[in-house]
Amino acid sequence: MPELIAKPALGHDALTHGSCTLTPVDLGPITAIALFPGQHKAVDKALKSLGLAFPAPNSLTQKDGAMLVWTGREQAFLIGVEAPDLGSAAAVTDQSGGWSALRLTGAKAHDVLMRHVPMDLRLTAFPVGRAARAPLGHMSAILLRESAEGFLVLTFRSMARTAWHELEIALRTVAARG
Amino acid sequence: MRIAGKGLVDRTKPVSFTFDGKPYQGFKGDTVASALLANGVKVVGRSFKYHRPRGVLTAGSEEPNAMIEVIGAANQTPNVRATMQEVFEGLTTRSQNRMGSLRFDLLAVNDLLAPFFSAGFYYKTFMWPRAFWERLYEPAIRRAAGLGSLSGRHDEGHYEKAFAFCDLLVIGGGATGLMAALTAARAGADVLLADEDSRLGGRLLANGETIDGAPGLDWVAAAEAELAALPNVRILRRTTVTGAYDDGVFGALERVALHKPARPDVPRECFWRITARRTILAAGALERPIAFPMNDRPGIMMASAVETYLNRYGVIPGQRVTLFANNDGARATARALMAAGVQVAAILDSRSTASAVEDCPVYLGARVTTTSGRHGLTRIEGLHAGGEFELETDLLAMSGGWNPTLHLTCHMNGRPRWNDEIAAFVPAEGAVPGLTAAGAANGVFTTHGCLVAGQEAAQAALTSLGLKAAKASLLKAEGLPYAIEPLWAVEGKGRAWLDFANDVTTKDVRQSAQEGYASVEHMKRYTTQGMAPDQGKNSNVAALAVLADATGRGIPQTGTTTFRPPYTPVSIAAIGAGGRGAGFAPQRFMTSDQASRDRGAPMIEAGLWYRPSYFPKPGETTWQEACNREVAMVRSAVGVADVSTLGKIDIQGRDAARFLDLIYTNTFSTLPVGRVRYGLMLREDGFVLDDGTTARLAETHFLMTTTTAAAGLVMRHLDFIHQAHCADWDLRFISVTESWAQFVVAGPKSRALLNAVLDQPVADFPFMACGEVTVGGVKARLFRISFSGEEGYEIAVPTRFGESLFRDLVAKAETMGGGPYGMEALNVLRVEKGFITHAEIHGRTTAFDIGMEKMVSPKKDCIGKAMAARPGLVGPERQQLVGLKIALGTPPCSGAHLFTQGDKVGREESQGYITSFAHSDLMGACLALAFLKNGRARHGEKIRIVDHLRGLDLLAEVCDPVFHDKEGEKLRA
Repeated sequence: MPELIAKPALGHDALTHGSCTLTPVDLGPITAIALFPGQHKAVDKALKSLGLAFPAPNSLTQKDGAMLVWTGREQAFLIGVEAPDLGSAAAVTDQSGGWSALRLTGAKAHDVLMRHVPMDLRLTAFPVGRAARAPLGHMSAILLRESAEGFLVLTFRSMARTAWHELEIALRTVAARG
Repeated sequence: MRIAGKGLVDRTKPVSFTFDGKPYQGFKGDTVASALLANGVKVVGRSFKYHRPRGVLTAGSEEPNAMIEVIGAANQTPNVRATMQEVFEGLTTRSQNRMGSLRFDLLAVNDLLAPFFSAGFYYKTFMWPRAFWERLYEPAIRRAAGLGSLSGRHDEGHYEKAFAFCDLLVIGGGATGLMAALTAARAGADVLLADEDSRLGGRLLANGETIDGAPGLDWVAAAEAELAALPNVRILRRTTVTGAYDDGVFGALERVALHKPARPDVPRECFWRITARRTILAAGALERPIAFPMNDRPGIMMASAVETYLNRYGVIPGQRVTLFANNDGARATARALMAAGVQVAAILDSRSTASAVEDCPVYLGARVTTTSGRHGLTRIEGLHAGGEFELETDLLAMSGGWNPTLHLTCHMNGRPRWNDEIAAFVPAEGAVPGLTAAGAANGVFTTHGCLVAGQEAAQAALTSLGLKAAKASLLKAEGLPYAIEPLWAVEGKGRAWLDFANDVTTKDVRQSAQEGYASVEHMKRYTTQGMAPDQGKNSNVAALAVLADATGRGIPQTGTTTFRPPYTPVSIAAIGAGGRGAGFAPQRFMTSDQASRDRGAPMIEAGLWYRPSYFPKPGETTWQEACNREVAMVRSAVGVADVSTLGKIDIQGRDAARFLDLIYTNTFSTLPVGRVRYGLMLREDGFVLDDGTTARLAETHFLMTTTTAAAGLVMRHLDFIHQAHCADWDLRFISVTESWAQFVVAGPKSRALLNAVLDQPVADFPFMACGEVTVGGVKARLFRISFSGEEGYEIAVPTRFGESLFRDLVAKAETMGGGPYGMEALNVLRVEKGFITHAEIHGRTTAFDIGMEKMVSPKKDCIGKAMAARPGLVGPERQQLVGLKIALGTPPCSGAHLFTQGDKVGREESQGYITSFAHSDLMGACLALAFLKNGRARHGEKIRIVDHLRGLDLLAEVCDPVFHDKEGEKLRA
């Protein structure tokens, strides 16, 4: 019998230019949870075991390495842990392999993203704990603010190389500009 | 010539550069213009039409004459303003629009022919013979009349684009802008200050005025230092805000590295898109020339520019200077020159009542009526209150007053207002929502007034942002009052230039009015005034004043032409930054990508995806050989292909089946769990949107597949239908295209291959079944569907296992006489079976056209059903899907048109066209799918194929589109 080997979307090592570092991240399981109409309470109850509540639009909730990120109308991605049994309260869909995650950190992380994201990412407008679906160049991405100087960027797995390529150019450029 | 001790350039840092091959020396802080003037270079360019020698006119981005080419290792940039290009070590520049040398331009013959080259000349002259225009006249005119040249190579320089957000955008870093930025920043607003110049300060860099008793430059330095220390301020130098757009968005071009040698990763320019909650336009004002006869000679400059070259660069562009002005403010230039020890021959003041007390002769009521000196001014003649005069002078500083730089306020259709007091247009209030013009840009022409205006504008902006301004005392500044009396043009012999850049004279404007082009917009187009790279910054107001005079209207009644973005030219490379090569569009790679490339497969683009075209084997010399082998391999053994690019949508909920019934033409609510059904979906207008299969994984859980091309389109369609028609249904769906890697296993040995990888062999798994399986313990999904006509399966595993499974399947297939196959073979297999793709459902075909009208269920409604039944969308007049059998060896001819034998070959006689083509060893023929008028009734007919592109004209037999295994026995084997 064959043994299937799991492969990440990118085999890259972390990349540092100037003050910023780009790192591919394995987020573990990613599960889409889409509330069925009127099931908000039922889902919150089921999520209690994880210590998470269904997040408000453009935000996330997290506890002990588990994170629930708003990704659309009545839809959130549970990241880092397997989904609990939600019965018929929500549509549960495995998205694990479908996303490539990159962590961008550094004093100029914001400047790097502003080369590709037409969204207000200043700390006042996009504080820690905020999440949004936003374009990254021509791509559709999910952006999370992890810290004042740190973002998590999720793109389609098939576009991981392009995302890396685009961010690498921005990283180099921002560093070279000084 | 440089003056010792004057200027802000760094005399300790000499810089060498070349102009027209000759080396020159300047200093750090110089522009090419200031450095050339310091070196005594007077002629820097040739005019657009007459090729007259031209010198530097201004010291800013409005420069119409001193345009040069900057030659880099990889770039050649034309039309660069020498007044903006800073010098750096190794900078190479060249004059433009000349034939031969700059000094002896052969095309200067045009100047002698000037009487023939007036406005409208081309329209009147080059009419006959008609065919000559394109072949002779236009190329010749373009060669003679023109600007810089391009290298003809791709611009491979590094450019950047970026976004920025702020509370307050301050455009311009002069007295007004600095005061506004300081006021807002101190109150805690997030301020973005953009200035076109390399240094902040605006006119304070040049006019030597004092603020609160100290040099203005000290105040600029203190303001700059304070701003730089504040965390809530960003300063963009060398950044021109070029356009105002909706919702507080501004475009801006930053010249990031055009002032230094190229370095890796440093962008040449950056195009910013700035979103501001409030904006203060503090862009200052532009001094305007006076249209007196022969006013275009090198050595005739704007008075403010002379002041700038003196005070900022320590350069005097002449030895014996004359000032010709219509206002008090310009006298500062004469005084500064005299203070620096430069001889001022006279002040020629056009006003009759101004003060005559200066340290040099002052002539009131004066006019310059002509000038001499081909390559540099030597003499002027004119009139003044006391009579005629002649003066030897090599530098004439002129000032016809100032025009507020209000261009951005017109970008959203705002019309400026005429202010008689300053004889200039001022911005209309509220012309751009959220933007306030302040200071000189609003017609305030004193430093003190600008400081006050900047502070007040910032305070107002802060209030509307919900912030409170700190109390601040008002600064005092001296400065001359403006006191202008309009003077636009001077009568006299010889041409008086309005638009230096496009060689438009007062005579052209008057002629335009005479010939009926009396509206300002018509005049502009007839004379080309304001259409050069400076976009009329130097000439617009004077030109319409001349037009107003010629038509007997006032200036406000004459109105202005429309200022449109960009304020200054923006390179396409900056707007399209990052869009070259791989940056053009995202590249999508399948998990099998590396495995396919390892086998030498050429990849072709399918949408954004890269898919293997074919897998060459040793000895195969053409794609056709490889393709034929792969087709035979699938038909006789087993083939493996990656179909992960197909769209996959996971649909769940108690209303999921009901939703699919609404979306698809056929019924899905009756589909049993564990089964797959082919479905067809229509757009709302009744035309086919997409097709594909949908599997019922559980009672309330479906998995839809779409074509690769329409994956995003279908997702959008579903979202729209859900939100618009059934938002309250118990229904959720999400794309899982990226979550599963899916492979076709097709051919007589497909089941054997599957059983070699599955943990549990497939037992009873009929055609159109689906179910869960495991591969090496990994959960997988198996579907028995076929796009090849053979017994076929598709197996899906979570994406991270995709590459591993593909390599495994291919390796095992090869031991069975099988292997991987690519897009070419996939196409042949589906054409032989008569399966459609988006070549057939291309957006203009209906279910009826493709022979699937029976799939539109009469028992239920679906999206597009009613519209598909419209008259004209069904019936014999429609072009219907047919098969064509064509002789072997025919080259691919998709797109060729079909004609009834004996008919004329013409557009109106076309009976249809070919959509897909395949060479089929199996059928011993070339096969095509085509749309043919009333085609289903014409099976057996010989039809004529004409392909003008490939030069083909041949006959083919019309037949059923399904060529292979019509009964589907192989599918169900």
